[in-house]
Amino acid sequence: MASETTDAANAAASACVDAGGGAIGMPQLCADWMGNQIFWLVVTLVVIFFILSRVALPRIAAILAERQGSITNDLAAAEDLKVKAQDAEDAYNKALADARAKANEIIAAAKLDIKADYDAASAKADAQIAEKTAESEKAIAAIRAGAMESVEAVARDTAGELVVAMGAKADAAAIDKAVAARLKG
Amino acid sequence: MATDSKEGGQELVFHPMDQFIVKPLFGDGPVGLFTVTNVTFWMVLTVLAIVALLVLGTSSRATIPGRAQSIAELAYGFIRKMVADVAGKDALPYFPYIMTLFMFIVFSNFLGLLPGAFTTTSHIAVTAVLAMLVFVAVTVIGFVKHGTGFLGLFWVGAAPLPLRPILAVIEVISYFVRPVSHSIRLAGNMMAGHAVIKVFAAFAPLVLISTGIGLVVTPLSILAITAIYALEILVAFIQAYVFTILTCVYLKDALHPAH
Repeated sequence: MASETTDAANAAASACVDAGGGAIGMPQLCADWMGNQIFWLVVTLVVIFFILSRVALPRIAAILAERQGSITNDLAAAEDLKVKAQDAEDAYNKALADARAKANEIIAAAKLDIKADYDAASAKADAQIAEKTAESEKAIAAIRAGAMESVEAVARDTAGELVVAMGAKADAAAIDKAVAARLKG
Repeated sequence: MATDSKEGGQELVFHPMDQFIVKPLFGDGPVGLFTVTNVTFWMVLTVLAIVALLVLGTSSRATIPGRAQSIAELAYGFIRKMVADVAGKDALPYFPYIMTLFMFIVFSNFLGLLPGAFTTTSHIAVTAVLAMLVFVAVTVIGFVKHGTGFLGLFWVGAAPLPLRPILAVIEVISYFVRPVSHSIRLAGNMMAGHAVIKVFAAFAPLVLISTGIGLVVTPLSILAITAIYALEILVAFIQAYVFTILTCVYLKDALHPAH
Protein backbone atom coordinates (compact mmCIF):
# COMPACT_ATOMS: atom_id res chain seq x y z
CA MET A 1 0.00 0.00 0.00
CA ALA A 2 2.87 2.35 0.79
CA SER A 3 4.21 2.37 -2.75
CA GLU A 4 0.76 2.97 -4.05
CA THR A 5 0.49 5.86 -1.69
CA THR A 6 3.60 7.55 -3.07
CA ASP A 7 2.42 6.94 -6.59
CA ALA A 8 -0.95 8.28 -5.75
CA ALA A 9 -0.17 11.90 -6.42
CA ASN A 10 1.41 10.97 -9.75
CA ALA A 11 -1.63 9.29 -11.09
CA ALA A 12 -3.89 11.94 -9.73
CA ALA A 13 -3.75 13.69 -13.05
CA SER A 14 -5.91 10.95 -14.50
CA ALA A 15 -9.66 11.20 -14.30
CA CYS A 16 -9.86 7.60 -13.18
CA VAL A 17 -7.91 7.97 -9.94
CA ASP A 18 -9.05 9.93 -6.93
CA ALA A 19 -6.91 12.34 -4.95
CA GLY A 20 -5.75 9.52 -2.68
CA GLY A 21 -4.55 7.38 -5.57
CA GLY A 22 -7.42 4.95 -5.29
CA ALA A 23 -9.34 3.77 -8.29
CA ILE A 24 -12.58 5.49 -9.16
CA GLY A 25 -14.97 2.77 -10.25
CA MET A 26 -13.45 0.08 -12.45
CA PRO A 27 -10.01 0.93 -13.84
CA GLN A 28 -10.91 -1.45 -16.67
CA LEU A 29 -13.41 1.09 -17.97
CA CYS A 30 -11.06 4.07 -17.85
CA ALA A 31 -10.90 5.33 -21.42
CA ASP A 32 -7.72 7.30 -20.73
CA TRP A 33 -5.71 4.12 -20.35
CA MET A 34 -7.14 2.00 -23.12
CA GLY A 35 -5.06 3.42 -25.94
CA ASN A 36 -1.86 2.73 -24.04
CA GLN A 37 -2.90 -0.85 -23.28
CA ILE A 38 -3.96 -1.54 -26.84
CA PHE A 39 -0.74 -0.11 -28.21
CA TRP A 40 1.46 -2.22 -25.97
CA LEU A 41 -0.72 -5.28 -26.48
CA VAL A 42 -0.34 -5.04 -30.24
CA VAL A 43 3.43 -4.60 -29.87
CA THR A 44 3.57 -7.59 -27.53
CA LEU A 45 1.48 -9.81 -29.78
CA VAL A 46 3.56 -8.94 -32.84
CA VAL A 47 6.76 -9.68 -30.94
CA ILE A 48 5.43 -12.98 -29.59
CA PHE A 49 4.14 -13.94 -33.02
CA PHE A 50 7.49 -13.36 -34.67
CA ILE A 51 9.39 -15.16 -31.93
CA LEU A 52 7.04 -18.12 -32.19
CA SER A 53 6.73 -18.33 -35.95
CA ARG A 54 10.40 -17.63 -36.71
CA VAL A 55 12.20 -19.42 -33.88
CA ALA A 56 10.23 -21.39 -31.35
CA LEU A 57 7.63 -23.29 -33.39
CA PRO A 58 9.92 -24.41 -36.24
CA ARG A 59 12.47 -25.50 -33.67
CA ILE A 60 9.96 -27.52 -31.64
CA ALA A 61 8.53 -28.99 -34.84
CA ALA A 62 12.06 -29.99 -35.89
CA ILE A 63 12.77 -31.54 -32.49
CA LEU A 64 9.53 -33.54 -32.60
CA ALA A 65 10.15 -34.62 -36.20
CA GLU A 66 13.70 -35.62 -35.34
CA ARG A 67 12.49 -37.62 -32.37
CA GLN A 68 9.83 -39.30 -34.48
CA GLY A 69 12.51 -40.07 -37.04
CA SER A 70 14.89 -41.56 -34.52
CA ILE A 71 12.09 -43.60 -32.98
CA THR A 72 11.22 -44.96 -36.42
CA ASN A 73 14.89 -45.64 -37.14
CA ASP A 74 15.37 -47.35 -33.82
CA LEU A 75 12.32 -49.51 -34.39
CA ALA A 76 13.62 -50.44 -37.84
CA ALA A 77 17.04 -51.19 -36.37
CA ALA A 78 15.42 -53.31 -33.67
CA GLU A 79 13.49 -55.21 -36.34
CA ASP A 80 16.75 -55.68 -38.22
CA LEU A 81 18.55 -56.96 -35.15
CA LYS A 82 15.65 -59.28 -34.42
CA VAL A 83 15.95 -60.78 -37.90
CA LYS A 84 19.72 -61.07 -37.40
CA ALA A 85 19.22 -62.79 -34.08
CA GLN A 86 16.77 -65.17 -35.74
CA ASP A 87 19.33 -65.89 -38.43
CA ALA A 88 22.03 -66.44 -35.86
CA GLU A 89 19.77 -68.81 -33.96
CA ASP A 90 19.00 -70.71 -37.14
CA ALA A 91 22.70 -70.92 -37.98
CA TYR A 92 23.43 -72.12 -34.48
CA ASN A 93 20.76 -74.79 -34.68
CA LYS A 94 22.05 -75.89 -38.07
CA ALA A 95 25.62 -76.06 -36.76
CA LEU A 96 24.40 -78.03 -33.80
CA ALA A 97 22.56 -80.49 -36.05
CA ASP A 98 25.60 -80.78 -38.32
CA ALA A 99 27.88 -81.39 -35.37
CA ARG A 100 25.52 -84.02 -34.08
CA ALA A 101 25.40 -85.77 -37.43
CA LYS A 102 29.17 -85.64 -37.70
CA ALA A 103 29.56 -87.01 -34.20
CA ASN A 104 27.23 -89.87 -35.12
CA GLU A 105 29.33 -90.55 -38.19
CA ILE A 106 32.50 -90.54 -36.14
CA ILE A 107 30.93 -92.86 -33.60
CA ALA A 108 29.84 -95.25 -36.33
CA ALA A 109 33.29 -95.19 -37.93
CA ALA A 110 34.93 -95.76 -34.56
CA LYS A 111 32.60 -98.65 -33.92
CA LEU A 112 33.55 -100.20 -37.27
CA ASP A 113 37.26 -99.74 -36.51
CA ILE A 114 36.91 -101.22 -33.09
CA LYS A 115 34.94 -104.16 -34.48
CA ALA A 116 37.59 -104.81 -37.13
CA ASP A 117 40.34 -104.64 -34.55
CA TYR A 118 38.39 -106.91 -32.29
CA ASP A 119 37.71 -109.38 -35.05
CA ALA A 120 41.36 -109.46 -36.04
CA ALA A 121 42.50 -109.88 -32.46
CA SER A 122 39.87 -112.50 -31.89
CA ALA A 123 40.92 -114.48 -34.99
CA LYS A 124 44.55 -114.27 -33.96
CA ALA A 125 43.75 -115.48 -30.49
CA ASP A 126 41.68 -118.32 -31.92
CA ALA A 127 44.59 -119.36 -34.14
CA GLN A 128 46.98 -119.25 -31.20
CA ILE A 129 44.57 -121.25 -29.11
CA ALA A 130 44.21 -123.84 -31.88
CA GLU A 131 47.99 -124.04 -32.23
CA LYS A 132 48.44 -124.44 -28.51
CA THR A 133 45.73 -127.12 -28.47
CA ALA A 134 47.42 -129.04 -31.27
CA GLU A 135 50.75 -128.82 -29.48
CA SER A 136 49.20 -129.99 -26.27
CA GLU A 137 47.46 -132.86 -28.02
CA LYS A 138 50.75 -133.86 -29.58
CA ALA A 139 52.45 -133.74 -26.21
CA ILE A 140 49.62 -135.72 -24.65
CA ALA A 141 49.86 -138.29 -27.48
CA ALA A 142 53.64 -138.53 -26.96
CA ILE A 143 53.16 -138.89 -23.23
CA ARG A 144 50.48 -141.51 -23.82
CA ALA A 145 52.70 -143.41 -26.26
CA GLY A 146 55.57 -143.21 -23.74
CA ALA A 147 53.27 -144.51 -21.05
CA MET A 148 52.13 -147.43 -23.22
CA GLU A 149 55.72 -148.40 -23.87
CA SER A 150 56.53 -148.20 -20.22
CA VAL A 151 53.47 -150.24 -19.38
CA GLU A 152 54.53 -152.85 -21.95
CA ALA A 153 58.08 -153.01 -20.56
CA VAL A 154 56.88 -153.14 -16.99
CA ALA A 155 54.29 -155.78 -17.88
CA ARG A 156 56.93 -157.80 -19.72
CA ASP A 157 59.41 -157.53 -16.85
CA THR A 158 56.75 -158.29 -14.31
CA ALA A 159 55.47 -161.24 -16.36
CA GLY A 160 59.07 -162.58 -16.73
CA GLU A 161 59.69 -162.19 -13.04
CA LEU A 162 56.33 -163.82 -12.23
CA VAL A 163 57.12 -166.76 -14.50
CA VAL A 164 60.57 -167.11 -12.89
CA ALA A 165 59.06 -166.80 -9.45
CA MET A 166 56.57 -169.55 -10.25
CA GLY A 167 59.58 -171.72 -11.15
CA ALA A 168 59.32 -171.83 -14.85
CA LYS A 169 61.74 -170.73 -17.42
CA ALA A 170 61.02 -167.36 -18.86
CA ASP A 171 60.63 -167.50 -22.54
CA ALA A 172 61.09 -163.95 -23.68
CA ALA A 173 59.34 -164.41 -26.96
CA ALA A 174 56.25 -166.04 -25.36
CA ILE A 175 56.09 -163.41 -22.74
CA ASP A 176 56.28 -160.64 -25.35
CA LYS A 177 53.50 -162.28 -27.31
CA ALA A 178 51.34 -162.78 -24.26
CA VAL A 179 51.86 -159.20 -23.06
CA ALA A 180 51.17 -157.80 -26.52
CA ALA A 181 48.02 -159.92 -26.75
CA ARG A 182 46.97 -158.82 -23.32
CA LEU A 183 47.59 -155.17 -24.04
CA LYS A 184 45.68 -155.37 -27.26
CA GLY A 185 42.77 -157.04 -25.55
CA MET B 1 -4.74 6.73 0.93
CA ALA B 2 -2.11 8.52 2.95
CA THR B 3 -4.52 8.82 5.83
CA ASP B 4 -5.41 5.14 5.45
CA SER B 5 -1.79 4.23 5.89
CA LYS B 6 -1.38 6.25 9.03
CA GLU B 7 -4.50 4.74 10.52
CA GLY B 8 -3.51 1.23 9.33
CA GLY B 9 -3.73 -0.03 12.85
CA GLN B 10 -7.13 1.50 13.37
CA GLU B 11 -9.37 0.44 10.51
CA LEU B 12 -9.51 -1.92 7.56
CA VAL B 13 -8.53 -0.59 4.13
CA PHE B 14 -10.48 -1.79 1.12
CA HIS B 15 -9.05 -0.99 -2.28
CA PRO B 16 -9.67 -4.13 -4.29
CA MET B 17 -9.61 -2.30 -7.62
CA ASP B 18 -6.38 -0.36 -7.10
CA GLN B 19 -4.37 -3.28 -8.43
CA PHE B 20 -5.84 -2.64 -11.88
CA ILE B 21 -4.70 0.99 -12.10
CA VAL B 22 -2.51 1.73 -15.09
CA LYS B 23 0.37 4.05 -14.22
CA PRO B 24 3.62 5.19 -15.81
CA LEU B 25 6.57 3.02 -14.94
CA PHE B 26 9.04 5.89 -14.84
CA GLY B 27 8.20 9.21 -13.23
CA ASP B 28 4.68 10.52 -13.16
CA GLY B 29 2.33 12.34 -15.40
CA PRO B 30 -0.50 11.26 -17.62
CA VAL B 31 -0.68 7.94 -19.41
CA GLY B 32 -0.26 8.67 -23.09
CA LEU B 33 -0.49 6.24 -26.00
CA PHE B 34 3.22 5.36 -25.97
CA THR B 35 3.96 5.86 -22.26
CA VAL B 36 5.91 3.00 -20.74
CA THR B 37 3.51 1.83 -18.05
CA ASN B 38 3.09 -1.12 -15.74
CA VAL B 39 1.15 -2.65 -18.64
CA THR B 40 4.33 -2.46 -20.71
CA PHE B 41 6.37 -3.94 -17.89
CA TRP B 42 4.16 -6.99 -17.40
CA MET B 43 3.72 -7.56 -21.12
CA VAL B 44 7.50 -7.48 -21.54
CA LEU B 45 7.74 -10.02 -18.72
CA THR B 46 5.21 -12.15 -20.56
CA VAL B 47 7.33 -12.03 -23.69
CA LEU B 48 10.45 -12.88 -21.69
CA ALA B 49 8.71 -15.80 -20.01
CA ILE B 50 7.55 -17.12 -23.38
CA VAL B 51 11.07 -16.73 -24.76
CA ALA B 52 12.49 -18.49 -21.70
CA LEU B 53 10.15 -21.44 -22.12
CA LEU B 54 9.83 -21.86 -25.85
CA VAL B 55 13.21 -20.58 -27.06
CA LEU B 56 15.73 -21.02 -24.24
CA GLY B 57 13.95 -24.14 -22.98
CA THR B 58 14.36 -25.83 -26.35
CA SER B 59 17.85 -24.51 -27.11
CA SER B 60 19.51 -27.86 -26.45
CA ARG B 61 17.20 -29.52 -29.03
CA ALA B 62 17.56 -32.69 -27.02
CA THR B 63 16.04 -35.88 -28.34
CA ILE B 64 15.36 -36.79 -24.72
CA PRO B 65 13.88 -33.52 -23.45
CA GLY B 66 14.64 -31.80 -20.15
CA ARG B 67 11.93 -30.23 -18.01
CA ALA B 68 11.61 -26.92 -19.85
CA GLN B 69 11.73 -28.58 -23.23
CA SER B 70 9.09 -31.10 -22.14
CA ILE B 71 6.74 -28.29 -21.15
CA ALA B 72 7.45 -26.42 -24.39
CA GLU B 73 6.74 -29.55 -26.41
CA LEU B 74 3.64 -30.23 -24.33
CA ALA B 75 2.31 -26.71 -25.00
CA TYR B 76 3.10 -27.06 -28.69
CA GLY B 77 1.44 -30.45 -28.95
CA PHE B 78 -1.52 -29.38 -26.84
CA ILE B 79 -2.43 -26.34 -28.96
CA ARG B 80 -1.57 -27.98 -32.26
CA LYS B 81 -3.77 -30.96 -31.45
CA MET B 82 -6.54 -28.62 -30.30
CA VAL B 83 -6.41 -26.72 -33.60
CA ALA B 84 -6.36 -29.92 -35.64
CA ASP B 85 -9.13 -31.61 -33.64
CA VAL B 86 -11.48 -28.67 -33.21
CA ALA B 87 -10.94 -26.57 -36.33
CA GLY B 88 -9.73 -29.31 -38.67
CA LYS B 89 -6.46 -30.14 -40.38
CA ASP B 90 -6.90 -27.26 -42.84
CA ALA B 91 -6.73 -24.84 -39.89
CA LEU B 92 -3.12 -25.79 -39.15
CA PRO B 93 -1.70 -22.83 -41.14
CA TYR B 94 -3.32 -20.61 -38.48
CA PHE B 95 -1.68 -22.55 -35.66
CA PRO B 96 1.10 -19.95 -35.02
CA TYR B 97 -1.55 -17.22 -34.51
CA ILE B 98 -3.56 -19.33 -32.12
CA MET B 99 -0.40 -20.40 -30.31
CA THR B 100 0.50 -16.70 -29.95
CA LEU B 101 -2.88 -15.96 -28.37
CA PHE B 102 -2.68 -18.94 -26.04
CA MET B 103 0.88 -18.30 -24.89
CA PHE B 104 0.17 -14.61 -24.29
CA ILE B 105 -2.99 -15.27 -22.30
CA VAL B 106 -1.68 -18.18 -20.26
CA PHE B 107 1.52 -16.36 -19.31
CA SER B 108 -0.28 -13.10 -18.57
CA ASN B 109 -2.71 -14.97 -16.36
CA PHE B 110 0.00 -16.82 -14.46
CA LEU B 111 2.29 -13.80 -14.12
CA GLY B 112 -0.71 -11.84 -12.87
CA LEU B 113 -0.97 -14.30 -9.99
CA LEU B 114 2.40 -13.22 -8.60
CA PRO B 115 1.77 -11.12 -5.50
CA GLY B 116 1.84 -7.44 -6.43
CA ALA B 117 1.58 -8.18 -10.13
CA PHE B 118 -0.47 -6.29 -12.65
CA THR B 119 -2.74 -8.62 -14.64
CA THR B 120 -2.89 -7.38 -18.21
CA THR B 121 -5.61 -9.87 -19.14
CA SER B 122 -7.90 -8.49 -16.44
CA HIS B 123 -8.43 -5.41 -18.61
CA ILE B 124 -11.30 -5.40 -21.04
CA ALA B 125 -9.25 -3.21 -23.41
CA VAL B 126 -6.73 -6.03 -23.76
CA THR B 127 -9.15 -8.93 -24.04
CA ALA B 128 -11.44 -6.98 -26.36
CA VAL B 129 -8.55 -6.46 -28.76
CA LEU B 130 -7.72 -10.17 -28.57
CA ALA B 131 -11.34 -11.11 -29.17
CA MET B 132 -11.76 -8.57 -31.99
CA LEU B 133 -8.62 -9.89 -33.66
CA VAL B 134 -10.19 -13.34 -33.66
CA PHE B 135 -13.60 -12.05 -34.74
CA VAL B 136 -12.26 -9.97 -37.63
CA ALA B 137 -9.82 -12.65 -38.72
CA VAL B 138 -12.49 -15.36 -38.66
CA THR B 139 -14.96 -13.20 -40.58
CA VAL B 140 -12.38 -12.27 -43.21
CA ILE B 141 -11.20 -15.89 -43.56
CA GLY B 142 -14.82 -17.01 -43.90
CA PHE B 143 -15.59 -14.59 -46.72
CA VAL B 144 -12.26 -15.12 -48.47
CA LYS B 145 -12.59 -18.90 -48.43
CA HIS B 146 -16.29 -19.20 -49.23
CA GLY B 147 -17.41 -15.81 -50.58
CA THR B 148 -21.09 -15.28 -49.89
CA GLY B 149 -21.34 -18.98 -49.10
CA PHE B 150 -20.06 -18.01 -45.65
CA LEU B 151 -23.49 -16.51 -45.01
CA GLY B 152 -24.78 -20.10 -45.03
CA LEU B 153 -23.50 -20.18 -41.48
CA PHE B 154 -26.56 -18.12 -40.54
CA TRP B 155 -29.02 -20.09 -42.65
CA VAL B 156 -29.86 -23.25 -40.74
CA GLY B 157 -30.65 -25.72 -43.50
CA ALA B 158 -31.74 -28.42 -41.09
CA ALA B 159 -34.58 -26.32 -39.64
CA PRO B 160 -38.11 -26.12 -41.13
CA LEU B 161 -38.34 -23.37 -43.75
CA PRO B 162 -40.61 -20.97 -41.83
CA LEU B 163 -38.23 -21.05 -38.87
CA ARG B 164 -35.13 -20.27 -40.89
CA PRO B 165 -35.45 -16.47 -41.07
CA ILE B 166 -36.03 -16.30 -37.33
CA LEU B 167 -33.08 -18.59 -36.70
CA ALA B 168 -30.99 -16.51 -39.09
CA VAL B 169 -31.67 -13.41 -37.00
CA ILE B 170 -30.71 -15.29 -33.84
CA GLU B 171 -27.59 -16.68 -35.51
CA VAL B 172 -26.51 -13.23 -36.67
CA ILE B 173 -27.02 -11.77 -33.21
CA SER B 174 -25.11 -14.64 -31.59
CA TYR B 175 -22.34 -14.20 -34.14
CA PHE B 176 -21.90 -10.55 -33.22
CA VAL B 177 -22.15 -11.28 -29.51
CA ARG B 178 -19.23 -13.71 -29.79
CA PRO B 179 -16.41 -11.16 -29.38
CA VAL B 180 -18.24 -9.59 -26.45
CA SER B 181 -18.62 -12.83 -24.51
CA HIS B 182 -15.20 -13.97 -25.69
CA SER B 183 -13.47 -10.92 -24.18
CA ILE B 184 -15.62 -10.34 -21.10
CA ARG B 185 -15.34 -13.99 -20.07
CA LEU B 186 -11.56 -13.72 -19.82
CA ALA B 187 -11.31 -10.24 -18.34
CA GLY B 188 -14.19 -10.86 -15.95
CA ASN B 189 -12.71 -14.08 -14.61
CA MET B 190 -9.32 -12.51 -14.10
CA MET B 191 -10.65 -9.34 -12.50
CA ALA B 192 -13.11 -11.10 -10.22
CA GLY B 193 -10.59 -13.54 -8.82
CA HIS B 194 -7.99 -10.89 -8.14
CA ALA B 195 -10.52 -8.54 -6.58
CA VAL B 196 -11.84 -11.29 -4.32
CA ILE B 197 -8.32 -12.12 -3.16
CA LYS B 198 -7.76 -8.44 -2.43
CA VAL B 199 -10.98 -8.20 -0.40
CA PHE B 200 -10.00 -11.18 1.71
CA ALA B 201 -6.52 -9.69 2.06
CA ALA B 202 -8.10 -6.52 3.42
CA PHE B 203 -9.88 -8.54 6.12
CA ALA B 204 -6.69 -10.38 7.10
CA PRO B 205 -5.22 -7.67 9.44
CA LEU B 206 -8.43 -7.48 11.49
CA VAL B 207 -6.73 -9.21 14.42
CA LEU B 208 -4.47 -6.14 14.82
CA ILE B 209 -7.51 -3.89 15.19
CA SER B 210 -10.04 -5.95 17.04
CA THR B 211 -8.41 -8.95 18.71
CA GLY B 212 -11.63 -10.71 19.64
CA ILE B 213 -13.34 -11.08 16.30
CA GLY B 214 -9.99 -10.85 14.52
CA LEU B 215 -8.89 -14.19 15.96
CA VAL B 216 -11.69 -15.79 13.96
CA VAL B 217 -11.71 -13.60 10.87
CA THR B 218 -7.95 -13.37 10.24
CA PRO B 219 -7.24 -17.11 9.93
CA LEU B 220 -10.43 -17.54 7.93
CA SER B 221 -9.48 -14.83 5.46
CA ILE B 222 -5.94 -16.18 5.09
CA LEU B 223 -7.43 -19.60 4.45
CA ALA B 224 -9.81 -18.05 1.95
CA ILE B 225 -6.96 -16.27 0.17
CA THR B 226 -5.14 -19.58 -0.12
CA ALA B 227 -8.21 -21.36 -1.44
CA ILE B 228 -9.11 -18.61 -3.92
CA TYR B 229 -5.49 -18.46 -5.03
CA ALA B 230 -5.55 -22.19 -5.78
CA LEU B 231 -8.78 -21.70 -7.66
CA GLU B 232 -7.25 -18.78 -9.56
CA ILE B 233 -4.33 -20.94 -10.67
CA LEU B 234 -6.88 -23.29 -12.14
CA VAL B 235 -8.87 -20.42 -13.66
CA ALA B 236 -5.71 -18.86 -15.12
CA PHE B 237 -5.14 -21.96 -17.21
CA ILE B 238 -8.76 -22.77 -17.92
CA GLN B 239 -9.54 -19.28 -19.20
CA ALA B 240 -6.57 -19.37 -21.54
CA TYR B 241 -7.73 -22.80 -22.68
CA VAL B 242 -11.32 -21.64 -23.13
CA PHE B 243 -10.28 -18.56 -25.07
CA THR B 244 -8.12 -20.68 -27.36
CA ILE B 245 -10.62 -23.46 -27.93
CA LEU B 246 -13.35 -20.91 -28.70
CA THR B 247 -10.99 -19.33 -31.20
CA CYS B 248 -10.64 -22.76 -32.79
CA VAL B 249 -14.41 -23.23 -32.81
CA TYR B 250 -14.91 -19.86 -34.52
CA LEU B 251 -12.18 -20.69 -36.97
CA LYS B 252 -13.93 -23.96 -37.77
CA ASP B 253 -17.09 -21.99 -38.58
CA ALA B 254 -15.08 -19.88 -40.99
CA LEU B 255 -13.46 -22.85 -42.68
CA HIS B 256 -16.52 -25.11 -42.71
CA PRO B 257 -19.58 -22.79 -42.51
CA ALA B 258 -22.10 -25.52 -43.34
CA HIS B 259 -23.95 -26.75 -40.30
